[in-house]
Amino acid sequence: MSNRNFVALRTIWIKECTRFLRIWVQTLVPPAITMSLYFVIFGNLIGERIGQMGGFTYMEFIVPGLIMMAVITNSYANVSSSFFSAKFQRNVEELLIAPVPNWIIILGYVGGGVARAMLIGVIVTLVSLFFVDVHIHSLGIIVLTVLLTSTLFATAGLINAVFAKTFDDISMVPTFVLTPLTYLGGVFYSLSLLPEFWQWVSKANPIVYMVNGFRYGFLGVSDVNYLTSLGLLVVFNLALFAVAYQLINRGVGIRH
Amino acid sequence: MKALNISGLTKTYRGGTQALRGIDLTVSEGDFFALLGPNGAGKSTTIGIISSLVNKSGGNVSVFGHDIDTALVDAKSCIGLVPQEFNFNQFETLLQIVVNQAGYYGVPRDIAKQRAEKYLKQLDLWDKRNQPARELSGGMKRRLMIARALMHEPKMLILDEPTAGVDIEIRRSMWTFLKAINEQGITIILTTHYLEEAEMLCRNIAIIDKGTIVENTSMKALLAKLNIETFVLDLAPVEQAPALEGFTHRQLDDHTLEVDVPKESGLNDVFRQLSDQGVTVLSMRNKANRLEELFVRMVESGRQQKDQGAANE
Repeated sequence: MSNRNFVALRTIWIKECTRFLRIWVQTLVPPAITMSLYFVIFGNLIGERIGQMGGFTYMEFIVPGLIMMAVITNSYANVSSSFFSAKFQRNVEELLIAPVPNWIIILGYVGGGVARAMLIGVIVTLVSLFFVDVHIHSLGIIVLTVLLTSTLFATAGLINAVFAKTFDDISMVPTFVLTPLTYLGGVFYSLSLLPEFWQWVSKANPIVYMVNGFRYGFLGVSDVNYLTSLGLLVVFNLALFAVAYQLINRGVGIRH
Repeated sequence: MKALNISGLTKTYRGGTQALRGIDLTVSEGDFFALLGPNGAGKSTTIGIISSLVNKSGGNVSVFGHDIDTALVDAKSCIGLVPQEFNFNQFETLLQIVVNQAGYYGVPRDIAKQRAEKYLKQLDLWDKRNQPARELSGGMKRRLMIARALMHEPKMLILDEPTAGVDIEIRRSMWTFLKAINEQGITIILTTHYLEEAEMLCRNIAIIDKGTIVENTSMKALLAKLNIETFVLDLAPVEQAPALEGFTHRQLDDHTLEVDVPKESGLNDVFRQLSDQGVTVLSMRNKANRLEELFVRMVESGRQQKDQGAANE
């Protein structure tokens, strides 16, 4: 990477991080509060009556899934809202007139989303420590899974923002696609509890692989092979990056 | 070297609107160039294509010899753009906006901060550097966009109506600033609706209408074409409209007279005839800016020629 591109990438990334840190009440506090409620209600109050799942207490079982849920939501929301705002206020033109390659623009925005997701991941993990002792089976798998997942959803958020014409358009995917897929993605239950047919259906949900891969990193148990999870994450990432690159290159939604 | 070379530039938007119908234009290095035209003439589309915000449909554009199709990065590095609309993040501070813009051009942060101080001070914005941009007045926002466009020290500055909505005092200070940076060697291309601004600042001019260039010449040559000027005379109230033989004139009310004066006639004859009729002239002014009259005529004659051409076909 040339020095000019590196400076440009660093600038976009710092700008993105400054943005979500400036509005920390909107970006960092809500996930901490929401996840605390999940821990209290599902983990403590209801979880105690559920008993063990996958050989662990229900609270231990849902912690990785809840962290992953926060990572997915926040990486997506960060890039979709930031890039759409840049389109809406037209300050994306600052980048379009500059000699910044399109892949640097994508990396910069996605990098901002990943940074927010990682920070939220750490915050939610710290919150979970008030409720449960966190096991770590493999730190490498945890970090790799969370990095690949946040990159994937940050890129998806960027694609959403490219097509979005109104603020409603950037809330539709999280509401009608992301949230249902996350809730049905094995955050709160093991797939083994489902009838065989629904287990099979669930495996078409990509979030199942991310949640389970991440859970494997913490607990060493998973409904799917962690290597399959990592492999799928790499494939999805490459595919979405290629889509985002094509869209930005063609100037969809940003050039006339 | 030519700062800008445009040949056969066309643009048809999705939906079929033909904004540019084959434009040829050259701007020399160091020039202060005006691109004028009525609303919807194609000025902003032309600027958009030069600065990569609009995809062209056909033709060629090169900036300091760098073709935007084959050497876009080099071409972009030469251009600083001050757009018509405010297009910065209203929630960022002035310092963040200008330093980030430099970063997009690869200027390291420490150098960007030095330049930010230089340009924000020159444009009287340094005291506001830590304020969010949304708190600035309209004039300050315009100056902020000029500072931002200069952060990577471009060879050519393109300003799309930079003084729109700015009070006369700030407008004049911006003119002084633009003249100074032009004298330092920066080529400037300006679009404006204040034709006085173009007349005062620019050496060369192109007039564009309905996607075609209707005039492209030096400001001096253009103004020389003006052979009739209209003057408004404020009179001591008169009961009957004065007669002015040899001049087209209009009595607007009992104390205002408009007179069209051909260049070769001069004003002495007007005053003589009015004096003979006992009319007192209290004051006098040009009805419109000289360039404004020319501009309207050029655009109108261009349209007539086009209509005739279409009728002949």
